[in-house]
Amino acid sequence: MAVFANRRLWIAVLAALALAFPLLVTNSYYLHIMTISFIWMIAVYGLNLFAGYTGYLSLAHAGFFAMGAYALGILTVKVGVPFWLAFVLACLFTTLLGAVIGLVALRTKEHFFAIYTLCVGYIIYLVIDKWDSLTGGVRGFIGIPAPADIGPLSFQTPVAQYYLVLFFLFAVIFVMYRLVYSLTGRTYIAIRNSEELALTLGISTMKNKLASFVLSVFFTSLAGALYASFIRFLGPDIAYISVMFDFLTYLLVGGIGTLAGPVVGTLLVTFLSQQLQFLQDYRMLIFGPILTLLIIFYPHGIAGGFIRYQAKRKEARRLEPEANRAAAELAVSSQGRGERHAEEG
Amino acid sequence: MLLHVERLTKRFGGLLAVNDVTFSVEQGKINAIIGPNGAGKSTFFNLISGLYRPTSGTITFKGRDITRLPANERAKLGIARTFQTTHLFEQSTVIDNVIIGHRLRTSSNLFDAILRTKRHRREEQACKEKAMEVLDFVGLTHVADRMVANLSQEQKKRVAFALALATDPELVLLDEPAAGINPDETEGLEELIVKMVEGGLTVCLIEHKMSMIMKIADRIMVLNYGEKIAEGTPEEVRNNEAVIQAYLGGSAIA
Repeated sequence: MAVFANRRLWIAVLAALALAFPLLVTNSYYLHIMTISFIWMIAVYGLNLFAGYTGYLSLAHAGFFAMGAYALGILTVKVGVPFWLAFVLACLFTTLLGAVIGLVALRTKEHFFAIYTLCVGYIIYLVIDKWDSLTGGVRGFIGIPAPADIGPLSFQTPVAQYYLVLFFLFAVIFVMYRLVYSLTGRTYIAIRNSEELALTLGISTMKNKLASFVLSVFFTSLAGALYASFIRFLGPDIAYISVMFDFLTYLLVGGIGTLAGPVVGTLLVTFLSQQLQFLQDYRMLIFGPILTLLIIFYPHGIAGGFIRYQAKRKEARRLEPEANRAAAELAVSSQGRGERHAEEG
Repeated sequence: MLLHVERLTKRFGGLLAVNDVTFSVEQGKINAIIGPNGAGKSTFFNLISGLYRPTSGTITFKGRDITRLPANERAKLGIARTFQTTHLFEQSTVIDNVIIGHRLRTSSNLFDAILRTKRHRREEQACKEKAMEVLDFVGLTHVADRMVANLSQEQKKRVAFALALATDPELVLLDEPAAGINPDETEGLEELIVKMVEGGLTVCLIEHKMSMIMKIADRIMVLNYGEKIAEGTPEEVRNNEAVIQAYLGGSAIA
């Protein structure tokens, strides 16, 4: 119970910090970095739901991210759909395509799934890169409007956009939180743990994997649509493998299959690479070894390592009274024997 | 007859893992399958539980043909199983492992989970109660909050039993329940299996520990190279020439 209260406190403090950030830090560059990391976090939560909680490593998520972004761009600029309608349609379109791809991809398992989705991601990249007339190809896609006003709410300023992205991040975390601690979340975890066991427990693994995959694609496409409306310029690079591995790095550093992982990992890696910016490309020389060490010594990431440490301590504390009692009983019985000896003597 | 298998065959390429086996599981009894390593016992279990599709033959459960039914549908009909390696989630608590066992009797979905609907809360409660009930049955209430990784092998086996029981089965398939367990603990597991049958369940188990099988099994089937070589009561099987040959090789001396 104390742990739970503790967790709630943590969430409240972090949420308050996130809400107060634009008031505390007036530097617009940092505000920009923060907003963009929130967008990455949403995408990483998408990846985490499927890779972390359901046990399937999808490498197509950068593709879905880009698809959400380009769909929003094309709908607003080329088709002239009102912003928020385009926003919803972009996410729905990507999610639907994700469902179709999922139906095929989920017939494979483990590395075959990873390789298959890697190919899907690359095909999405190629389509964006080569379909000049629709996406602008390598020249990029420009002119995407900022989010339209909703009633009195205007999203023209960076601070307003920060709060808009933060709102979606909160929504995604809320859904994830509810999901992970529900029967449905437990079902996904059971599939991750052992698909054979899940099957023999009467769980339709295909149906559950597909649902998890579709929601995961939805989160990532949402991040893509937010990216498009925040950066307002798109290049095919956002669908490239390197973006996929950025997502994966954030997730692994933070902790795969944990609720806090995407936030911790994204913040830390973004902060670190900002600090090492002055080294330009040489920063990878520092970054690479740090990452390697982290993966070796914290294979479950920072949040995962922390949770395990906590669980261990809790278990030890629970066992302590038992051990003490056993020791006490031993002492009493040996004492009893001693007395008997004395009487006999 | 709770379960009937008719001329079941499973071929992996050139290998006949299970060859033309006809076998019945009697209701309310302990039915054992024995045989040397590689005899096809586990394959046979995988065929019954639905993880493998048979090459030919039929499987009927409670009079219904389930040969083409996927494993999860069979579980819903009342066939549960355990695995040789327990497949438990070691980094989680016992209760968290067992709760999912009752999931197949619930129907709340993704949206119920996100919206925390009444149905979801009710079903979550039902799953927790079921988990506590089966943990009580297998005698693990006191370790419900412990991490599975910190349990003894025997306790892990009991958790696996509990998980199978949480599905509300009629037939429980136990794949080598006593493997890796010391003799004292094996006795405890024997008692538990007998208790399951007394509670109205039907058990079918694969086991290598002959002393255990001879003590608790009502009927035994012996497989060798995928074929049924004997079937009957423990007494009949013990004195069967083909069985002695399969186990000891050559002709029986004793």
